Amino acid sequence: MKVVVCTKQTPSTTAVFTVDANGHVSWDDPGGKPNIVNPWDEYAIEEAIRLKENHGATDAIALTVGSEESKDALKTCLAMGCTEAILVSDSAFDGSDTVGTARVLAAAINKIGDVQIAVFGNRAIDGDTGLTPVQVARKLGWTPLTYVSAIKEISNGQITVERLLDDGKETVTAPLPVVISVVKEINEPRYPSFMGIRKANRATIPVWTAADLEVDGATGAEAAKVNWGHVYAPPPREGSVEIIEGETIEEKVRKLVDKLFEEKVI
Amino acid sequence: MFDFITEEHRMIQEAAREFAQKSIAPIAAEHDETGKFPLETVRQMGELGFMGIEVPEEYGGVGMDTLAYVLALEEICKVDASHGTIMSVNNSLFCHGLLKFGTEEQKQKYLVPVASGKAIGAYSLTEPMSGSDAGTMKSRAVLNEAGTHYIINGRKSWVTSAPYADYIVLFTMTQPEKKHHGVTAFIIETDKPGFSRGKTEPKLGIRASATSEIIFDNYECPVENRLGEEGQGFKIAMTVLDAGRIGIAAQALGIAEAALEASIKYAQEREAFGKKIGQFQMIQQKLADMKCRVEASRLLIYQAALAKMESAKTGRRYSLEASMAKLFASETANYCAKEAIQIHGGMGYSKEMPLERYYRDAKITEIYEGTSEIQRMVIARQLTGLR
Repeated sequence: MKVVVCTKQTPSTTAVFTVDANGHVSWDDPGGKPNIVNPWDEYAIEEAIRLKENHGATDAIALTVGSEESKDALKTCLAMGCTEAILVSDSAFDGSDTVGTARVLAAAINKIGDVQIAVFGNRAIDGDTGLTPVQVARKLGWTPLTYVSAIKEISNGQITVERLLDDGKETVTAPLPVVISVVKEINEPRYPSFMGIRKANRATIPVWTAADLEVDGATGAEAAKVNWGHVYAPPPREGSVEIIEGETIEEKVRKLVDKLFEEKVI
Repeated sequence: MFDFITEEHRMIQEAAREFAQKSIAPIAAEHDETGKFPLETVRQMGELGFMGIEVPEEYGGVGMDTLAYVLALEEICKVDASHGTIMSVNNSLFCHGLLKFGTEEQKQKYLVPVASGKAIGAYSLTEPMSGSDAGTMKSRAVLNEAGTHYIINGRKSWVTSAPYADYIVLFTMTQPEKKHHGVTAFIIETDKPGFSRGKTEPKLGIRASATSEIIFDNYECPVENRLGEEGQGFKIAMTVLDAGRIGIAAQALGIAEAALEASIKYAQEREAFGKKIGQFQMIQQKLADMKCRVEASRLLIYQAALAKMESAKTGRRYSLEASMAKLFASETANYCAKEAIQIHGGMGYSKEMPLERYYRDAKITEIYEGTSEIQRMVIARQLTGLR
């Protein structure tokens, strides 16, 4: 049983963004590296490695669609303990929306073959849609299991998971293969070990292009249904500070509550 | 800019930074306050490879170079110098000595568990009445009549990590009449009869790194646990200290950088007399001087690390480079910590901020593994050839 973890390189959580007059977005992180593994994906990577360690998976393969720079994210996956990493990169995929990306990922998963579980983080911190896991499942014809907070059992060709929903938890069983997206309650991601970093740097990360895959459907900016019409940095919010004066605490609180009613805050 | 720093070095540095910020930062102040040894994070560091960075993989280490070691140590010390001390002793003082002077059997038995983080190592040279003047040490090791064991007696002091160490590289006198040429090194197992620990020392700084006296009362050390030859101990001690001093320099750099970064941030935010304090020339001067010294320290540390790496091929000693790095970086750490408190004013003096911890932690870097006075002596002797 192979497990694939689909990961994405995103801007770091402390990156500082600049949007120029043409809507071109760039970013840097003065305190560290500008790009990181999508933080949600760290839980997915950890779970994929645990599926190998505890549930008999033969491989935990990290898969990314992105530019050559995304190899950094894949190296982190290898350093954490993934057995293999594959980058899918082609200018034909540039500007894809989530459907386009899902088509590419599904094709790559099909090419890997014998995959029983594809693990995703709940969402990516840049696009923040949370759509890709379900769209990949749809494309592959597999069962999507979202918001997974625990993998309970894998046996007899079935997987039982716990899902963390707004109004409680539910335990569901589905036949393999499945696509799961995980929430952060599922585990505590491990740190990359120094030995892992050494192995990651020795590893060769294959790059698959459009020619290597049988992508079903259109990809790229032309095919995207989402149109980025106008990209701009929102103007900074204006505000002012008012210190509530009063003889007693009670008076100050009364004035504050009146103000809050006035402003329709409460 | 520095071509010798590879992608792999950067990844090690980032991994160390992530670990330090996520796992050490939340507990550093508490462990400083209580003086409690951070066993849990030290164990984690061992699992991740922090404890034997330069030790080859076949001996339980990561098999990287000195640059990887100083980059990782610097990141740990930017967050907490106590963890850095424990890491430095394990890597530089224990593992390096075993790797360079140990027999294959000694490496398998003692280096593998310490480098892989399963055991803690320590190094013991100083005595209550002798430090860098090792020739006057009072502890003794006497070979028994059967020639199978050395019987060790005496007290050693200021042994970092001793309260939790499984193995200690001990330097003691086998031929007192030969002064420092009569010192011999041994590997001590701390769970054997005749070994005991004194009380853990209360300290000004690096309070979470446990330091104690160790006491030998007819401790029987098998001959096969002698490290190197009889009388070779002082040379081993000094060789190991050369490596150790690069580590202390990296530790000092970490402290200095933490103090500088906090000061820059504060100078950008804090206002006085209607201006950011960073707009006042007297604060600017402090920040500029701190930055220059930090970057100069970094260059001296890289130089020393490269000299040590070169030494593995050529055998050339790197005492000069190591002492220069240690001297300058440790004085930089003290300078930066002091000025950082001054920039922060009352906030710097408060235990609510980590500045006063940096100040207390910085001081030891001018003392252990050779005081600043000793470093200046080493440097000057190297320059003049005079003793």
